[in-house]
Amino acid sequence: MTVRKNQAALTAAEKRRFVSAVHELKRSGRYDTFVTTHNAFIMSDRDDAERVGHRSPSFLPWHRRFLLDFERALQSVDTEVTLPYWDWTADRTPRSSLWAPDFLGGTGRSRDGRVMDGPFARSGGRWTISVRVDGRDFLRRNLGAGGLSLPTRAEVDSVLAMDTYDMAPWNSGSDGFRNHLEGWRGVNLHNRVHVWVGGQMATGVSPNDPVFWLHHAFIDKLWADWQARHPDSPYLPGGGTADVVDLDETMRPWNDVTPADMLDHTPFYTYDTDAASS
Amino acid sequence: MSGITRRRALGTVAAAAGTAAAVPVLAAAAPALAAGPAPTRSGSAGHDPASFDEVYRGRRIQGHPSGGGHHGGHAGHGGYTVLIDGEELHVMQNADGTWISVITHYDPVPSPHAAARAAVVELQGSPLVPLVTA
Repeated sequence: MTVRKNQAALTAAEKRRFVSAVHELKRSGRYDTFVTTHNAFIMSDRDDAERVGHRSPSFLPWHRRFLLDFERALQSVDTEVTLPYWDWTADRTPRSSLWAPDFLGGTGRSRDGRVMDGPFARSGGRWTISVRVDGRDFLRRNLGAGGLSLPTRAEVDSVLAMDTYDMAPWNSGSDGFRNHLEGWRGVNLHNRVHVWVGGQMATGVSPNDPVFWLHHAFIDKLWADWQARHPDSPYLPGGGTADVVDLDETMRPWNDVTPADMLDHTPFYTYDTDAASS
Repeated sequence: MSGITRRRALGTVAAAAGTAAAVPVLAAAAPALAAGPAPTRSGSAGHDPASFDEVYRGRRIQGHPSGGGHHGGHAGHGGYTVLIDGEELHVMQNADGTWISVITHYDPVPSPHAAARAAVVELQGSPLVPLVTA
């Protein structure tokens, strides 16, 4: 059974195998198909038109399925690998072990943002940014960009306390849990972390930085945590909503999976914290 | 949900790689700002989606409402086109009137002009290119 662990608790061997599996997906070309898919959705999801991957109720089930696809791809390389999550309320500085050279490498140099160490530095020859919107083919970061701070645990708790999943108009202007977690409104959780990392993570081709998966694995965990706190709060909307994926409607690009299929993560994986509490 | 046909093309990796093919599809379908270049939108903090044309940090940035279908298939994206040194920057307006671009997608700013300037800062002199997948 797949157990997703806090990245801070990974052993050296677990980090090594995760990095190796990511490298292999990159080498084979499979990695970049995930980047392309994400960018296609982020450019087409609109507040006033059809929206699936972002700025809409299906932000959470869409990314749950997207991460499942990626995790299964990793496991096709190494069956022992699972997606770790990054709790950025706890590991909130560039000095975190997350950014050490044996895992994701650190921030970019000031001149051009280029990441200079770790397994994903351009100089290592294994991580060329291929799906891109500008001329630069090297991974970039600017951790703590512009003096920004990562969200605090108190800010996360304030969003987890919201008892309505999502609200009309079901977009970036909505009140409710989903949009506050996504960050278009309120204290700003998910969006702010993308901006904090900087570089490609702040763009539509954000999965070019492997931290994308660890960030979204934590967002996904927060959805599970919210469900545990609000067991009577359903996914919304329940049906008949134009341009929006209702509970039992299928999501592109898969067209065979609905939000209802994604509500319970436990058929697919558990979290290290689930195991501790049961 | 409706409109599956027009979006089906964007749901595949192959089609997504070809922005030249995807853009006209979006342009034809985008109803945003159909009222055209409304001179002032509330909440836009002093900037409205009027045209602009300037050299910012050594780069020419231009923006204009794009209901008229200039630039071949480049019109659309919510009815506003932004160019950096002649290359289109994909921009989008949020429900609250703020704007983002593909370069700064998680960080809304008050106007397309501000989005263009933010992209110039982020690009650090690098050329903007249509989505590259090689």
